[in-house]
Amino acid sequence: MRQLLRVLLFVVGAFAFPVAGQDMAPDALVKNVTLEVVELIAKDKEIRAGSRAKLVSVIEAKVLPHFNFAAMTALAMGQNWRKSSPEQKKRLTEEFRTLLVRTYASALAAYSEQKFDFRPLRARPTETDVTVNVRVLQPGTQPVTIDYSMEKTASGWKVYDVMVGGVSLVVNYRTEFANTVRASGIDGLIRDLSAKNRSLSEKK
Amino acid sequence: MWRDRFAALSLALVSGCATTNGDERDPFEGFNRGVYRFNETFDEVLARPAARTYVKVLHQEIRARIGNFFSNLADPFIGVNNFLQGKLEDGVNDWARFAFNSTFGLLGIHDVASDMGLEKHDEDFGQTFGRWGAGPGPYLILPLLGSSTLRDGVGTGLDIWLDPMGDIRPINLRNSLIVLRATNLRADLLEASRILEEAALDKYVFQRDAYLQRRRSLIYDGRPPREKFE
Repeated sequence: MRQLLRVLLFVVGAFAFPVAGQDMAPDALVKNVTLEVVELIAKDKEIRAGSRAKLVSVIEAKVLPHFNFAAMTALAMGQNWRKSSPEQKKRLTEEFRTLLVRTYASALAAYSEQKFDFRPLRARPTETDVTVNVRVLQPGTQPVTIDYSMEKTASGWKVYDVMVGGVSLVVNYRTEFANTVRASGIDGLIRDLSAKNRSLSEKK
Repeated sequence: MWRDRFAALSLALVSGCATTNGDERDPFEGFNRGVYRFNETFDEVLARPAARTYVKVLHQEIRARIGNFFSNLADPFIGVNNFLQGKLEDGVNDWARFAFNSTFGLLGIHDVASDMGLEKHDEDFGQTFGRWGAGPGPYLILPLLGSSTLRDGVGTGLDIWLDPMGDIRPINLRNSLIVLRATNLRADLLEASRILEEAALDKYVFQRDAYLQRRRSLIYDGRPPREKFE
């Protein structure tokens, strides 16, 4: 009986932490995931032929587990987050997540052929909030910087903001979200986001 | 006659202003949105189709050479701006880029300097003014040129005035080169503008905020003091 319980516990534990490398340092994590995804894209015939659905599924499987979307949505909502009900928070996070994944897929499809320069992390081992810098090198133009803001959680390091060329995604959605909430409330924002997502998925 | 036009124009501005969200960084939002609509229409009917044709007709390799040629012509003043900002090493880097690319790179069409480890920089007079302590001032949308601010607009004026392309004669050649440069730039941005279209709920707001963030980051060369989240 005790034996069985131990096995059961082990199984549950394995499901609770499905992501490999949760003890991995944040910079190593970013590097591994980026290289893995870029290689997957380079090898996959469907994605190379332009299959957006396949690309999204790769991102869902490999990249998403390392993002904290609830935190991203909370930061983008600012003060309106506290005014949202649990149900609204859930819907907002889902819709925002869908939108970001689509945008990310488009960006990846456009720029996956570039070279990456992974910068070593300059942080003390005790820090729980760090920024990991990656530079995308392109001949003839200034390199594009990608900064991942990451926080240490019980299930490993999680990304809560991405800055591309100095533009923070979270900060950029703040004004849009605030304007929409002011004009048509939190439910209005949920409606707008889901309408946006629907129109995008119909296009492809 | 003139009074009617003036009345119509002010009415357009006033009605435009009524739709603003009262963002303190963008006091002329109504006016800006008008110029923005004009730019969007211009882009839709002329610039974007031209850029698409350009991409279809010219191979990527050739477009990259054309891009390099114009990029090289910009390096001397990028260097000047680095000097004005007190970044001597970066300025020397930019002038060395120009020297190597203009000669060994065959008038700039090959970016040999990047292969030698001399990185391309992004500087202009707007950034120099920012480095000297000038704030951005109100956000502006310039006809055809797009997102700007009062500070960056003055900077862009200087950039254009000092642009070496302006000295090229005959005028026909100069004009053709300016159109080619603009088309090449628009072609480079086709993907980015499609992504922007997908990502934004309100493209005007999204683009404005991205521009203001981007300029702030550029002024601090990618290391701006971190803004705290509430």
